[in-house]
Amino acid sequence: MVRRCWLSTLVRKKIIAETGAGQHGVATATVAARLGLECTVFMGSTDVERQKLNVYRMKLLGAKVVAVESGTKTLKDAMNDAMRHWVTHVDDTFYIIGTAAGPHPYPMLVRDFQSIIGRETIRQCDEQIGRQPDAVVACVGGGSNAIGMFYPYLNNRDVRMVGVEAGGYGLFGNDHAAPLCKGRPGVLHGNRTYLMEDENGQIMGTHSVSAGLDYPGVGPEHAWLKDVGRAEYVASTDEEALAAFRDLTRIEGIMPALESSHAIAHGMKMAKEMSSDQVIVINLSGRGDKDIHTVAEIDGLEV
Amino acid sequence: MSRISSLFAELEKQGKKALIPYVTAGDPNPAVTVDMMHGLVKAGADIIELGVPFSDPMADGPTIQLACERALEHNTSLRDVLAMVAEFRQSNADTPVVLMGYLNPVEAMGYETFAKAAHESGVDGVLMVDMPPEESGENAQIFSDNELDIIYLIAPTTTNERIAEIAKFSSGYVYYVSIKGVTGSASLDVADVEQNLVRIRERVNVPVGVGFGIKDGVTAAAVAKVADGVIVGSALVNKIAENANQPDQAITEVTAVLAEMRTAMDA
Repeated sequence: MVRRCWLSTLVRKKIIAETGAGQHGVATATVAARLGLECTVFMGSTDVERQKLNVYRMKLLGAKVVAVESGTKTLKDAMNDAMRHWVTHVDDTFYIIGTAAGPHPYPMLVRDFQSIIGRETIRQCDEQIGRQPDAVVACVGGGSNAIGMFYPYLNNRDVRMVGVEAGGYGLFGNDHAAPLCKGRPGVLHGNRTYLMEDENGQIMGTHSVSAGLDYPGVGPEHAWLKDVGRAEYVASTDEEALAAFRDLTRIEGIMPALESSHAIAHGMKMAKEMSSDQVIVINLSGRGDKDIHTVAEIDGLEV
Repeated sequence: MSRISSLFAELEKQGKKALIPYVTAGDPNPAVTVDMMHGLVKAGADIIELGVPFSDPMADGPTIQLACERALEHNTSLRDVLAMVAEFRQSNADTPVVLMGYLNPVEAMGYETFAKAAHESGVDGVLMVDMPPEESGENAQIFSDNELDIIYLIAPTTTNERIAEIAKFSSGYVYYVSIKGVTGSASLDVADVEQNLVRIRERVNVPVGVGFGIKDGVTAAAVAKVADGVIVGSALVNKIAENANQPDQAITEVTAVLAEMRTAMDA
């Protein structure tokens, strides 16, 4: 992130970003504060409501948060509005896309920067267990943390790569955000990939308990990894993700983001079918503080 | 020669410029669109750009976003839009119709199926906002095999090298986006447009239509002095929005705006 912003300071004074859960928005606002850049973050109004903590964090960091009221008021609409703003202010503004989607070269840029995750994993596995894992698991919304984990492992065929999409209320209906599991190829936001769409090519509303996975498309490189069979893509439901959130919090004392909880839920399923000397690395892509309100509400509590 | 090319040739002989209105098909409801198209022709339209509603119109400002939403409330699909053009053609064989929109509805229908059906319905050209020339490849071939002109956008930020690339794939006309922004944005700067048209014309062999920021007779006439065609969208769609519950009134007000532009351009 810091490197991407350094690039932008060379030519432009303002940066914009879109965000779902607010993680990317907070990261962008942080470096903007550090580098003295003007920062505007576009966020669907539904997500502004359910990710209040991150919204406040961004504001404290000096960013302007624009609540997007168009369409389904979630991540895809935030991206639409960020693109509209960008083409209108292209002379002085740099758009930092928060996922491995969007028009070329964004999917490639984001993949390359996020690859620090996979490179670090390779090194730590080497140091700590003296070998590479049998499987790596990551949640997939737009797919940036997953592609960052997968990319350095692409040529190591001994490592299974598993992406976990948002199963929402279940894959039988349309209340999920799992285009790789249930969608079909189409064009959105300047890339051709798997999409949640109706028979007429209109993009469908999605549902996930986690704002960061609530996106009807997915980075095009994941679509390719699915088609060539190098990576597997599955889904965890809201309920499974919430159970994993509670488990990791109680058992390990680590409170994961609801996004990452999808990967944890599936990782635990996989572990049951593997032997105890095998190793799974689950990418814990975000922390869960921001989701406390959502979980409390599900528990019927007010925080 | 395509219906679009013949039209521009004929207008050139008459010393006139093309007036090209845009409306979103199915806005405010699908029953209005064909009458609206005939109304536009009576008011002086030379070509009609008919918008195919899309759920995520990312190059459009609020005016056309809302038009898409109104049309999609009635589930206006690409097939419905083609049916509207076919109905329009029953009593108008001359006015070219260009479908303008986003690629995904075409992807969903299939390029071959779409191109064939569009040609049979009487569509003359397609302008797909998110189909850049370098990704057009086979699809461009399928469109031209079915006698559909392919209209591309050129923006103020488009480099000369890229304009030359776009020229290779263009037919009918090219659409110069007069300002950096989305549809329905601020007013354009005619001197700036004129300057950009010089570099575009050096590289493009087809006529150049100019759109974005044309609001009334004055701006239409000013642009007509420098461009081959004047494209107007949001100024018309605003009138539809104001009269969404009275479609007849919407047609009256939209055509009044267009007629004012025609008069100003021809003066």
